[in-house]
Amino acid sequence: MRDSLRGIWVIAYRELLRFVRERSRLASALGMPIIFLIVFSEGLKRQIGGLAMGVDFVQFMYPGIIAMSVFINAVFSGLSVVWDREIGFLKEVLVSPLTRSGVVLGKAIGASVIGLIQTLVMLALAPAFDVSLSLVIVLELIPIVIVLSLAMAGFGLLIGSRMRSQQGFQVLVQMVVFPLTFLAGVFFPVNDVPRWMEIVSKLNPLTYGVDAIRRICLAGEVPGGALASNHPIIGVTVFGHTTTTIEDVAVVGLLGVVLLVGAIVSFNRQV
Amino acid sequence: MPLAAQAGEDAAKRCEAVSYEPKTPLSPASVITATGLARNFGRTRAVRGVSFDVAEGEVFGFLGPNGAGKTTTISMLCTLLAPSAGEATVAGYDIIGRRKDVRRSIGLVFQDPTLDEYLSAIQNLRFHAYAYGMPKRIRDERIHELMTLMELWDRRNSAVHDFSGGMKRRLEIARGLLHHPRILFLDEPTLGLDPQTRHRIWEYVLDLQQRETLTIFLTTHYMDEAENCDRIAIIDEGELVALDRPEVLKDSLGGDVVALRVEDGKAAIAELLARHGITAGLEGDVVSFNVPQAEEFVPELIRGFSSKVLSVTIKRPTLDDVFLSLTGRSIRDESPDPNQQLRRFVSTPGMRAQTR
Repeated sequence: MRDSLRGIWVIAYRELLRFVRERSRLASALGMPIIFLIVFSEGLKRQIGGLAMGVDFVQFMYPGIIAMSVFINAVFSGLSVVWDREIGFLKEVLVSPLTRSGVVLGKAIGASVIGLIQTLVMLALAPAFDVSLSLVIVLELIPIVIVLSLAMAGFGLLIGSRMRSQQGFQVLVQMVVFPLTFLAGVFFPVNDVPRWMEIVSKLNPLTYGVDAIRRICLAGEVPGGALASNHPIIGVTVFGHTTTTIEDVAVVGLLGVVLLVGAIVSFNRQV
Repeated sequence: MPLAAQAGEDAAKRCEAVSYEPKTPLSPASVITATGLARNFGRTRAVRGVSFDVAEGEVFGFLGPNGAGKTTTISMLCTLLAPSAGEATVAGYDIIGRRKDVRRSIGLVFQDPTLDEYLSAIQNLRFHAYAYGMPKRIRDERIHELMTLMELWDRRNSAVHDFSGGMKRRLEIARGLLHHPRILFLDEPTLGLDPQTRHRIWEYVLDLQQRETLTIFLTTHYMDEAENCDRIAIIDEGELVALDRPEVLKDSLGGDVVALRVEDGKAAIAELLARHGITAGLEGDVVSFNVPQAEEFVPELIRGFSSKVLSVTIKRPTLDDVFLSLTGRSIRDESPDPNQQLRRFVSTPGMRAQTR
């Protein structure tokens, strides 16, 4: 047990150390989401104006991009395992008394902290996108970002535990993670798209993560609060039932538990 | 017999120079035992049931060509690879049932670098100390001690990717020893390093071995490195073909090779057979034969020899000769050092003619 706990903090500590020391990684983790935000909002705001009930496109997209950045950052924690394997450092970790579960959870927690830093940087830009935040909103977002990060890190680590090359990992991310992210309602409401896309989107667990972040972020924009109301463009309606924030988080959280356990089992297998 | 006595003394001195005498007495307790240890990769039988014991405080070497199963054996002992058959204990712990205890008791320097090059030297060591749960006070002292010993303290804050190959290896050795392991595993510790650096690394390792009463288990395909070991296991195609002290292994070949250049070869051969019962071979004007303790034998021989001897060459058999006689192949068939190979290639006369 003590080896597990120590493993978690030692591995998480190194992830953060690497994040800070590698300038390119720092720049891409913080720069990419900001570029996305600026380009999409500036590029599309004249074409697409107000959507429904006081929410315009930029406000709609803003929390979506926050969620997307959190997902992608977390998935890439799996890449750091592949990287560690390539440079040999993984052996140093595997031959130490740290437990495998500690290593997996440490990587996932490291990714969550980086995801939180990203989120806070993006939240600081909220006024530029006409989104008004309150302390309550920020405090509510923190646990949700952590749950989303842990879940997606579980996915990345599960793949990373099996992959030998960084290229292989990148290909998988491009073929699985990017499509899933784009079909998660980041840029458009999933309740109002062609039928096939609606089905795919609602089967996609990321959709619920995006929805959770959006509901909280836009709570101040929608009269009466988006959390309770049946807003036409916010919320995921499945079989006539529109999910609540808690249900959204539960979907992602359950998936995360399965993925993290899978990653730990997969790590244990390689001795 | 003053001359013979002196020759004997010289021989003893030379023995001391080649074989590393353990400064601490070997305790009878075995710190590593392996029984029928085997590992298959699919159909390939990488290690085919090896058994051996390593005593506490010993420098124990695994010698063999590339692909003989050295790294596979070390990986099994270090709990990085599960054996297909057989069992082993390291520091008294079973390598399958007590993995975590084994991991705590060993330090490991891998064949390929395993440092995080983006972190500084001292950050790499701190990570290791955290991972092994060393208390803070001991940790900082120990890091300082080992980095000073390895002459890396001045460069402690440099990123590892700025280090030379030799510095990286020294840092890895320091890291492997940080948590006071009972056994240090070195898998090809000087692979890819130039001869001078290799020599330095060995000085550090043997110095540490004495300071810390370590047991060292190493693999190598360098003959001169194997000479530093108290005992050597020679491995070929996954099987142990010999296990003993280097001197004993070399003596097993029937002693030293003596080559005499003489005026009359045939007469010399006849005399050797008649007076000493030695069957010698003749090549040109050189008579050669094997004899144990040649340094003592040759002066005695020449004193009473009626044929005129022009010159004498005595060659100790090398471990490569041992490997050759056991397997019919030479370890040196594959040059371990790519630079050496290149040098050999460039210095080939035909090659020079081409470049001209």
